[in-house]
This record gives sequence, structure tokens and C-alpha cells, in this order.
Amino acid sequence: MSERATPVTPRTEADATETEREREHDPEATADASTEPDSNTDASTKPVTTGAESVIRALETAGAEYVFGVQGGAIMPVYDALYDSEIRHVTMAHEQGASHAADAYGIVSGDPGVCFATSGPGATNLVTGIADADMDSDPMIALTGQVPTAMVGNDAFQETDTTGVTKPITKANTFSSDPDRVGDDVGEAFALAGAGRPGPTLVDLPKDVTLGETSSEPGQPRTPDTYEVQEHADPETVRLAARRIEQSSKPVLLLGGGVIKGDATEAVRAFAIEHEIPVVTTMPGLGAFPEDHDLAMEMAGMHGTGFANMAITHCDTLIGVGTRFDDRLTGGIEHFAPDAEVIHVDIDPAEISKNIHAEYPLVGDAETVIEQLADEVTESPRATKWRAQCQQWKSEYSMAYRTPEDEPVQPPFVVEALDEATSDRAIVTTGVGQHQMWACQYWTFTEPRTWVSSHGLGTMGYGLPAAVGARLAAEDDQEVVCFEGDGSFLMTIQELAVAVRENMDITVVVLNNEYIGMVRQWQDAFFEGRHAASEYNWCPEFDTLAEAFGAKGFRIDDYDEVADTVEAALAYDGPSVIDAHVDPRANVYPMVPSGGDNGRFALSEDQL
Amino acid sequence: MTDRRGLEGPAPDERPAPAGKRNELGIRVDPEVEAARPPRRTVISALVEHEPGVLSDVSGLFSRRQFNIESLTVGPTEDEAHARMTIVVEEPDPGIEQAKKQLRKLIPVIAVRELEPDAMRRELALVKVNATRPDQVAAVAEMYGGKTVDASPETATIEITGSRQKIDAAIDSFGQFGIREISRTGTTAMARGTDDTAAEQTQAQPADHRHTVPADDD
Repeated sequence: MSERATPVTPRTEADATETEREREHDPEATADASTEPDSNTDASTKPVTTGAESVIRALETAGAEYVFGVQGGAIMPVYDALYDSEIRHVTMAHEQGASHAADAYGIVSGDPGVCFATSGPGATNLVTGIADADMDSDPMIALTGQVPTAMVGNDAFQETDTTGVTKPITKANTFSSDPDRVGDDVGEAFALAGAGRPGPTLVDLPKDVTLGETSSEPGQPRTPDTYEVQEHADPETVRLAARRIEQSSKPVLLLGGGVIKGDATEAVRAFAIEHEIPVVTTMPGLGAFPEDHDLAMEMAGMHGTGFANMAITHCDTLIGVGTRFDDRLTGGIEHFAPDAEVIHVDIDPAEISKNIHAEYPLVGDAETVIEQLADEVTESPRATKWRAQCQQWKSEYSMAYRTPEDEPVQPPFVVEALDEATSDRAIVTTGVGQHQMWACQYWTFTEPRTWVSSHGLGTMGYGLPAAVGARLAAEDDQEVVCFEGDGSFLMTIQELAVAVRENMDITVVVLNNEYIGMVRQWQDAFFEGRHAASEYNWCPEFDTLAEAFGAKGFRIDDYDEVADTVEAALAYDGPSVIDAHVDPRANVYPMVPSGGDNGRFALSEDQL
Repeated sequence: MTDRRGLEGPAPDERPAPAGKRNELGIRVDPEVEAARPPRRTVISALVEHEPGVLSDVSGLFSRRQFNIESLTVGPTEDEAHARMTIVVEEPDPGIEQAKKQLRKLIPVIAVRELEPDAMRRELALVKVNATRPDQVAAVAEMYGGKTVDASPETATIEITGSRQKIDAAIDSFGQFGIREISRTGTTAMARGTDDTAAEQTQAQPADHRHTVPADDD
């Protein structure tokens, strides 16, 4: 450990430079920056001379602060241009880590995260993270090196048709073919990533284009003319929806990830509280509404709370905001909110009536449309009885679990211990599996942008690289806690080296049950307990391994170790790993089997 | 293994159940009378940026989302920066709506419109038949308004333009001579009269067909 790379230091206000100029979005409008007098003298004001410098200038103009990536042959010119930039580069151990870190950075900050990879295997390693961002509508931009234009199509060394491979998993992607245009291609990709319904974009950068000479200064990032976003919903439909809400006796607000992405949290909370409407969230919507509030029914769906699923099953008016009615939420759609008329607020018209028919389609920006509704709803629904019913369900289907002293530690106990020991603004990242569900269920989310997880794609290994990205986007006083499973952690564990190199204050908690537990749970329920390839008792000792990486390792085997270990791990200034050995037989309940009826969630295995 | 680690609460069969139901399209239905939604065939016209990769964007979208597509044609327009795509799909109403919305989301797509049932639809086919009875081949070709574009001692190739149904009928008739090869373009289409097919800022509007007379093969 003698030769350490220089750690990334968070950017401060002091070293932010004001070099952004309004420019025409026109490749011809090559800014004569060289001849213009400029008060700044640092590198970022030097005129652009190559395509690669134009790429970096575009990122600077867009306000990018960090780039997550891995070097390589075809991307080298871009890295060479980055060398002189104020933008901080975080070298990741694997490109998948770069894409997840950029994704998480986008979730926490709200600004597109940026990742770099070289051509061929570098680009293909990004694919999982790009697909993840696409499924979850996270703002992200991926820049990939490519072999020189003249060699494209020849099956050259490290050549992959990156735009072809990523076409189905990007909001937009571009093969850049002109040094004069490449900066604007990047600016456009940046703008598209964050505009409207966010998503990942990609620009493929052939080496001759980035090495090519140009004096073309990229303009301000802007979306193409063919891209239109509707902000306001149709006023007449808003009026009709408002009447429906007023006449409802069993209303439910269903808040999806779009509420958080659209910064509509405040507006939605005010609306729910003013009209006393019970609130259910989706998994990506965790944090959109404080779960310690009386109106909070928490998360619905396959592993949602019993009370959330009862509320959604029996409501007569469902106000879905920024949700795409994913199958993990709806279960079998035959039984999803079958007595409810649906008011669906979404910025993407294609989500309206895609899975669940909406009687009141409200296309627009979540915050804008909720404010339109708030103006239009003049009397609250008369739902006293309904709210009492919801409270009754909350006690009937409580999430309380048993902790027998003579049995191994129950995983929810560990989640709750971390929750109690951290602030309300602590950020939770997770991998995918049972540990993720326990984090959803037993962590009390109260703030937006504090839940960072892989929802739609369900990517095992997401948690640790996401914690790296989240750490850099978070405020200094926000703790970052990463819950992982043993199987999930092993998939991206190499990123621990990055967290150590950067001395990142991250607490990783491995809920270690020596299984890929979610698979094991399904095998017990649906495959007669035949544990094909789900036993993970071959995993390394994660606390010892953490020490080998240079992190701090802890281990929990018993209840009486939990509190002290959690305290010590959180207090450690740097990456720490708690290897928490939990009950290998613990299962996630409630559970709605695939395609099942949300109202008939199982509370134990014998109900499946 | 018996799992005693579950949660407390009323069992599934002890809970109240709602009365309603949705069909497979997510639409609330009367459980007593559930109307099936038959697929229908329709023509979607899309005005797109004339740039490489757009065709694969669109065809990839349709295969990825499993929209049932009959044909897709593409060609330049009066504006060299734009191309027009004509897509024939066969889906229930919600599928058609979803196809149009997903198309509009593609960045290079400028405008999308589903054409009225009375829109002009044309397809071109080349049919190569055995030329053992050239007079009869010529007679059948003439019956369908086709013309012979290639002839050899063994073969004759006829070009036919018209609606899909007309071409199907012509091919049926040519069958008697022995068909060697067929090549068809798929449907291209255009709205009637002053009605825009798919133009920038297109608002779906009812076709005004008072001033045009459908041709007899539409």
C-alpha cells in the first residue's frame, strides 16, 4: 500500500470556475475563446483543439463534477483531455462499477452521473449498469471509446457495435463521427439524460474523432428539436380527476420513483396531508413520503406491507404519481385495485394505460400536475371511515417479527439497528435479494434521494459501487449505509479497493445467510426445497477480506454484538464491512407470488 | 422445512375481497361479461429524421415490445432531411396506442399518426411465373392492371401495384401458371385530400373525405 493513487477530494465552492458562456448551438459558431479576453487563466479556458477536448468542455459546460470510469486504448484521448480538467475522475475497479456509481450519483444528486469506458469489453461491461439506469429512469451519460472510424465494421481489436448493443437499453445513443460535432453530441446526450423522463444516454467516440483537430466549442447542452416534454396536464382532465377525488370515499395516493425524480416530494406531501389521503409507495418511491407519518401505508407489491396491499386492493380511487405499475407492484393485474378508478400522473405518455388502464390520464411533470390538482380540489374526500380502516390494517398486519434468543440473528434486527444509529438523512444503498427487501421493509424512510437501489432490473452487486457514487453526491454529514447479501456482495466486491483508495466513509452490512436467499426462499416454496446452486457456504469471510482490501472488518454472530458493532463500524472514518451472520432460514414476508392477488399476500410459507 | 418465522395477521381466506376485476389489458371489467378485444389491422405513418440507424431503431422497438407488425416501408420525402415510414400493425386498441406512443418517444421521430381507414394504401409486387402459356399470363396481368417487366423463354415477371387484397388476388390467379418467385414491398400509405399523413405538429384530425373519391380498389 505504499503507492496510493491520489484520492478524489470533493469539490468545494472555491475551486468551481465560472467559465460557462451562453453560446449558439451551432458547430459553425466556433468560439474565439483564444482571442476573447478572459479573467480565468486555468486550463479550462484554453481553446479547444481536439475532439477529445471538446468532449471534456461539453461535460464542464454541463456542470459535471465527477466521472467514474476505467481507462483503455480507444478512450485514451478523452482521458488525456480530462487530465487538465477540473472534473474529478474516479477510477473504478470494473466498468460495471463505473456505471452503477454514475447511476447512484444521478439518483442522489439529481444531475446526470457520468461514466467512461473504452471500446469492446469496456463498453460491454457498462451494459448492466446502463440497463439498470434505463429500467429505473435514472439520469446517466455513458461515453465509450470506439475504434477509429475507418476500422469500424472490420471486427477490429476491441471493436463492439456499442450503439447497436445499447440501443434497447438507452433513452438515446449516438455514434459520433465528426470532431466538430462531438462536443455538441455529448451536450445533447447530457441534456437528454436529465430532461423529461430521465434515462441513460450514450455517445460512442471513435478514436480518430477524439484525436481529430477541431476548434469547435460545444454550446450549452440542449435537447434536439424533436424532443418535446409536456409540463402541464390537460386542464379539463385535471378538473374531472379533482371531482373524482372529492367524491372518493376510499382514496389512495400511490407514489412512484417519478415523484422523487421530478422533485415533487413537497407538493405531494402537502396534497396528501391537506386532504388526509393515505399514501402507499412503490419501491423506487421510498422516501417520497415520511414512513413515520400516520397517513403512510409504506410500500406495496410483492414484498410490500400487508396494510399497503390491503389499501391498494380495496381503494376506490387510486392516484398514481410517477409510477409505471410494474408487475412486482401490481401482482396479477386482474386483481390490482379492481374497484378503483385510476388517476395516473406521468411525464411519459407511453406509461399511461400501458399496464393499468387510467380513467384520468394526466400527462405532465409530477410537481406541476400535483399543483394543478391541488388548485382544483376544493373539498377533501369524506374518508374518515377509510382512514380508520387503514389504521386497523396497520395494526392487524404489523411488521413485527420474532427474535427467539436461542436462534440466529433475524435480519430485520440488523436493519433496524443501523436505522436507529443513523440520521434521517442517511443514504441506504443495496444489492438485490432478500437483504434488499428487508431494507425496504424495516428501514423507516423519511427523505427523498436517500434510497438507492436497483428496482426494475434487479442487479445483484449494485450496492457497493452505488455507495461509491452516492458518497460523492451526498453531503458530508449524510451517512452512507450499504446493505448487501453474501451472493450479491461477491459480484462487485472489487470496488472495495476504490472505497479504500478514496477513503470513503461507507458502512457495508452483509446480511450473510450463506445462500442466495431469495432463490432459496422460492425453491422452498415452489421447487420442493431443492436448493439447486443457491447454497453459498463457499463465500469468503467478508470481515477478513475487507481487512485485506485495507478496509475495517467486523463480524456479528449474535444479538448482543449488534449494537456495539454497528456503533464501531459507523464511527470508523473510512470504509467498513460488517459481516452479519443471520438466520439462514429467514424468509421475506409478506409475499405475493408472481402474478398473484396483492390482497392475498402470504404471511408465512404455509400460506403460499 | 416448516417455517415459523412468518408474520402475524389474518390469513388470506380470512380477509375481505373486492368485487371488481380487470382484464389482461388492465381495464376494469364486469366479471360477468368480459368483452374480448379483437386485434385490428391499421396503418401508422411516421415522419422521421432521414439519418442512419432510424430504421433499426423502429424495427428494434417493434420486435422488443412484441408489437405484431405486418410490414414496414421507408423512403425519402419532399424534404430531404426527412423520411416517411409506413407501418402496418395488427393489435388490439391498447396495443396500437402503445405502439404509437413508443414510436413518438424515439428521438429521431418527428410525427406519428394512425391513418383513417379510408387512407390510400398501395403495395407493389413483382411476380415471376412460368411462361408456358404467355397469352394467358398477359390476360391475367391485364385483368389486375399489371405490366410485364421481364420476359424470357421460360419466365415472365409482372409488376402489380394496388391494395394488399388486390395483390393477394392477383397472386392467387397467377398460381395456375406456377409461381417461381415473389417479391413484395409492403404497404405505403397517405391520407386523402388536405389531410396530413404525419407532419410536424400533427394533431389527429378526422379525415375530410368529401372532396376525394376512393379508387375502386381501396
